[in-house]
Amino acid sequence: MGDVSELFPLIVRMDEDGELVGDLGLVTKQDLVDVYREMRLLRAFDERAWNLQRQGVIGTYAPFKGQEAAQLGATKPLDDSDWLVPTYRDWAAGYVRGVPVTHGLFFSKGHPRVGDVPKSANVLPAQVVIGAQTLHGVGVAWAAKLKHERTATVVTFGDGSTSQGDFHEAMNFASVFSVPLIFFCENNQWAISVPIERQMRAKTIAQRALAYDMEGYRVDGNDYVAVYNLIAELAGRVRNGEGPFLVEAVTYRLGAHTTADDPSKYRVEAEEERWARRDPISRIEKFLLRESLIDEEQIQAVDVAAKAWVEEVLADFKAELSISSSVLFQSVYAEMPQSLANQFDQYMKRVKEVGA
Amino acid sequence: MAKLNVAQALNAALAQALEADETVIVLGEDVGKDGGVFRITDGLLDRFGKERVIDTPLAESGIVGTSVGLAIAGMKPVAEIQFLGFIYETMDQIASQAARVRFRSLGRFSAPMVIRTPYGGGVKAPEIHSDSLEALFTHTPGIKVVTPSNPYDAKGLLLAAIDDPDPVLFLEPMRLYRAFRDEVPDEPYRLPLGKASVVREGTDITLIGWGPSVPLLKAAADELTARHDISAEVIDLMTLTPLDEETIVESVKRTQRAVVVHEAVRTSGFGGEIAAVLQEKAFLYLEAPIFRVTGYDTPYPTTMFEDLWLPDTTQIVATALDAIRY
Repeated sequence: MGDVSELFPLIVRMDEDGELVGDLGLVTKQDLVDVYREMRLLRAFDERAWNLQRQGVIGTYAPFKGQEAAQLGATKPLDDSDWLVPTYRDWAAGYVRGVPVTHGLFFSKGHPRVGDVPKSANVLPAQVVIGAQTLHGVGVAWAAKLKHERTATVVTFGDGSTSQGDFHEAMNFASVFSVPLIFFCENNQWAISVPIERQMRAKTIAQRALAYDMEGYRVDGNDYVAVYNLIAELAGRVRNGEGPFLVEAVTYRLGAHTTADDPSKYRVEAEEERWARRDPISRIEKFLLRESLIDEEQIQAVDVAAKAWVEEVLADFKAELSISSSVLFQSVYAEMPQSLANQFDQYMKRVKEVGA
Repeated sequence: MAKLNVAQALNAALAQALEADETVIVLGEDVGKDGGVFRITDGLLDRFGKERVIDTPLAESGIVGTSVGLAIAGMKPVAEIQFLGFIYETMDQIASQAARVRFRSLGRFSAPMVIRTPYGGGVKAPEIHSDSLEALFTHTPGIKVVTPSNPYDAKGLLLAAIDDPDPVLFLEPMRLYRAFRDEVPDEPYRLPLGKASVVREGTDITLIGWGPSVPLLKAAADELTARHDISAEVIDLMTLTPLDEETIVESVKRTQRAVVVHEAVRTSGFGGEIAAVLQEKAFLYLEAPIFRVTGYDTPYPTTMFEDLWLPDTTQIVATALDAIRY
């Protein structure tokens, strides 16, 4: 057998210097101006969240810095009726689909409101068991098929997930039942401290598709233009009854796995520098500058806007922190059973005593 | 009204659920053409088609995990796990996923689904086919645990479980599938979840059990009356979670003695929970400790020793007499 990874060449449209090596496809220049701004805002939020953990305002936080193009490219092409089934690093993706980024802070705060996804958003709350949501994604997509709805589902996960049994069961179920689903893997190269070479012998994640007789694609996950066009095409095909598909977005976690680890312990600076040059935001910035779609002054203005936006986000977060202690018991079952109601009474007495 | 065994009653319930609600689907290993290894889903594929009655790949986590997604998105999956002993394969998808969907999302999403699975011993099955693992799930908030002991309850409880807004683990006593027949109404009916049944009234002692133990309790009660002139009350819990504390506590306040019986291994078995509830809520009424008759703290034995391992009527009678004479 030859090297099957050659069947999955990296799809690139805009290289790290902001040069177009393909065309813009469905992405307009104005889209890029908007997306550039949005990514900058989200990056500012992500960096601020990191600092908030350091200040003790929130708990463990998993930063998405470096994965903005992958997350926005995977979700911007979706319609309102489409579904996103995300992993816990995908606050930028969720934001695009209508989940406020404050949910990233709620998640890290251990605040129940993280699950309170707006009714208008077809987005599942993040769960933390690695890869478990891939099966939920299959189920959600399968339901659409059984109900004859023309909706696409995107399930996101990291490279580490592809070692889990659930991922393989999900790929197999999706394939056997031809469900309208896009498996979107953000291969950020590292599962905490373990590099992708130690997760698998295969050279690419995309080639996993072969074993399930599924179409697989390998795309530069730091190239918004490439990711957007690929997902737009696949989502359209999925809505027309095709699928499933596997997409490997090759990206990099510029930060740590979470606020609880120090990447300098397990990876070298030269690698981080190499990936920093491939930053998804800077390549769009270079392109926009060269095309005179923005100037230095506007870049400065985005800085200011990002700062202001993050302050707004923080204000929203603080305003929504207050929540009744009773929610702990209220969503265990649709109706609280008597035995639980007895415990609830005890708990509320304790709440009263403690004054929470 | 027809005379049906448990297997037929369950099959009738599934057919009626599929008939009444087009979001109901049945999925699992061999549930289609084969009708399930115990034929509980027999004939459903022909009647409802392969989009409603689905033979899945052989992967328990896949069956339950996709059911979680299906349920969240508006379907009503009734998944079959071939034997309860295989449930470990999908422990995460049940305990950390299905059971937490509502809680995790503050009620925005829910995963109303039923996981049906045969359990219990006494049928000379291979390793891992006879285990009673109900306590793993009574220890899991967010899921209900239901287990019938006869054809009438089987149909009424399964239809109620399918209607329920929360995930339900529906445990079917394997050796009772075809053990006897009862009159079962043709029309659909529901029995309330979370409600125990006093299947025999008595005054001297309360025998508490569920699923495959219930026929043993009745036989023990018969023997206690016939040979020892002791009037035993028999309670079939029917639902383990949520537990009907009121029925067992009220009974034991009257009889002042209780024996709990289950096939599951003793330590951390659900019998311990029953004993704890009774001593908390009926302590001053008790004339004897709450005794347990259970499986031993060994792995479920190979079939050669199965009969020695499983609780039997003799043990229950002897333990009841211990409680009476305490």
